Amino acid sequence: MKILVPVKRVVDYNVKVRVKADGTGVDIANVKMSMNPFDEIAVEEAVRLKEAGIATEVVAVSCGVAACQETIRAAMAIGADRGILVESDADLQPLAVAKLLKALCDKEQPTVVICGKQAIDDDSNQTGQMLAALMGWPQATFASKVALSDGVANVTREIDGGLETLEMKLPAVVTTDLRLNEPRYATLPNIMKAKKKPLETVKPADLGVDVAPRLATLKVAEPPKRSAGVRVADVAQLVDKLKNEAKVI
Amino acid sequence: MSVLVLAEHDNAQLKGATFNAVTAATRVGAEVHLLVAGSGCGAVAEQATKIVGVAKVLLADAAHYAHAAPENLAALILSQAAAYSHIIAAATAVGKSTLPRVAALLDVAQISDVVAVESPDTFVRPIYAGAGLATVQSLDTVKVMTVRTTGFDAAAKEGGGAPIERIDAAADTGLSQFIGQELSKSSRPELTSGRIVVSGGRGMGSAENFSLLEALADKLSAAVGASRAAVDAGFMPNDYQVGQTGKIVAPELYVAVGISGAIQHLAGMKDSKVIVAINKDPEAPIFQVADYGLVADLFEAVPELTAALG
Repeated sequence: MKILVPVKRVVDYNVKVRVKADGTGVDIANVKMSMNPFDEIAVEEAVRLKEAGIATEVVAVSCGVAACQETIRAAMAIGADRGILVESDADLQPLAVAKLLKALCDKEQPTVVICGKQAIDDDSNQTGQMLAALMGWPQATFASKVALSDGVANVTREIDGGLETLEMKLPAVVTTDLRLNEPRYATLPNIMKAKKKPLETVKPADLGVDVAPRLATLKVAEPPKRSAGVRVADVAQLVDKLKNEAKVI
Repeated sequence: MSVLVLAEHDNAQLKGATFNAVTAATRVGAEVHLLVAGSGCGAVAEQATKIVGVAKVLLADAAHYAHAAPENLAALILSQAAAYSHIIAAATAVGKSTLPRVAALLDVAQISDVVAVESPDTFVRPIYAGAGLATVQSLDTVKVMTVRTTGFDAAAKEGGGAPIERIDAAADTGLSQFIGQELSKSSRPELTSGRIVVSGGRGMGSAENFSLLEALADKLSAAVGASRAAVDAGFMPNDYQVGQTGKIVAPELYVAVGISGAIQHLAGMKDSKVIVAINKDPEAPIFQVADYGLVADLFEAVPELTAALG
């Protein structure tokens, strides 16, 4: 079976981003960019399924600016077989990405699409669900365990009170939670090999998708700042402050 | 046009998040209808009628709604969508799974984790793990959104008198089947609604040591949480995780024990009213947001604190 893995290029999770003074967004000029951590887990899972002899081909897809090629190469260094870049300078929102992925699914006919559960920049947590809806496929969000067999996927999901297991007919969309696996480090030989793997570039117009944004960002503000409080000397002082000053206990 | 809110429940009782979602819905300034879809969930619909601010309860009772499968819930919401300008759910695991599906089927954007309703088409939501607050305007005719429960007070549970209208179930999509679930059992308050939350991090050292925090939590009638490091190390189950990728909490008092305070953890708790940090590292970033910081060995300070609360 073929597995499609969408990957997103985002500001590295260790970077503390700052809101721009003019309130138009956050300042991401000259900051380190990386693959969205949840997508790394998705690529790792797909590659493991290939290594287990269940998947035959893993295709990494990214939608965005030309630099997203690096993210696709990173996926190929983990073990994806080839890449597709849907190149666009537009502000691609989840619905647009889901439509682009639908067009690619129609063309590539994957059996499973494994997405990250959310991107750590827009924190939307929407794209996988939207793709499943557009394809009319079942979905298993927040997966912490995936077992695939003939025509069926068994997925354990993280829900609010614990875990839940579903059985879905394939094809299906799975979105990854942090607990699904621990992504491997790409080795230098694999990074070199990834440079030779095929990477196809298409435009949204080639796929017949209108990517116009549906949400206008009017402004981005700094959240209210919390200032550091006081250091207490010992437990007795802490209890006293909580009882008499903060009055929370 | 009215606002449709998806009620969350376990077929016996409404979940707390529903009450916060109703409050968010009332901010839109139109009639609020609550959709209760489940199996044998008549009691839930009865509870729903009493919520202040709800004008009508829609009840869809069918076996295929028993486990809130998003494929079936989305089909049901779609069958009702024509009458609504806004479709709202709490940003819980169920809401986050279902509403993007609804939005895509309606060909509209979904707005996630709304913390404030500025006008019927303009909303505020956090981005970059809470490092920015974006004000977004929806250009779509129908606004589909999930709301952050800690951003809105809970609607009053008693005092309303909404009628129940039974609606037809949509056909079972048959796309997925529920096999089973494994819920964490706890007698303590639910993490997202606890008035006090006591959380432990990597500094706890082991799963056994969490009993220290549990003893403290019991004294305070608090919920217990954990940082990602504590969950990854296997000290606590992952549904205890507080942070960008776990639960978002905003209790009156948040006690962070042995937690350094990574950006991703702060994203889940920095709206707490009072934050206490107990950490032996005076440079830990958690002290930058703590109202009261105690630099101490948690293995001495926590039992001492528990004892002091007598």
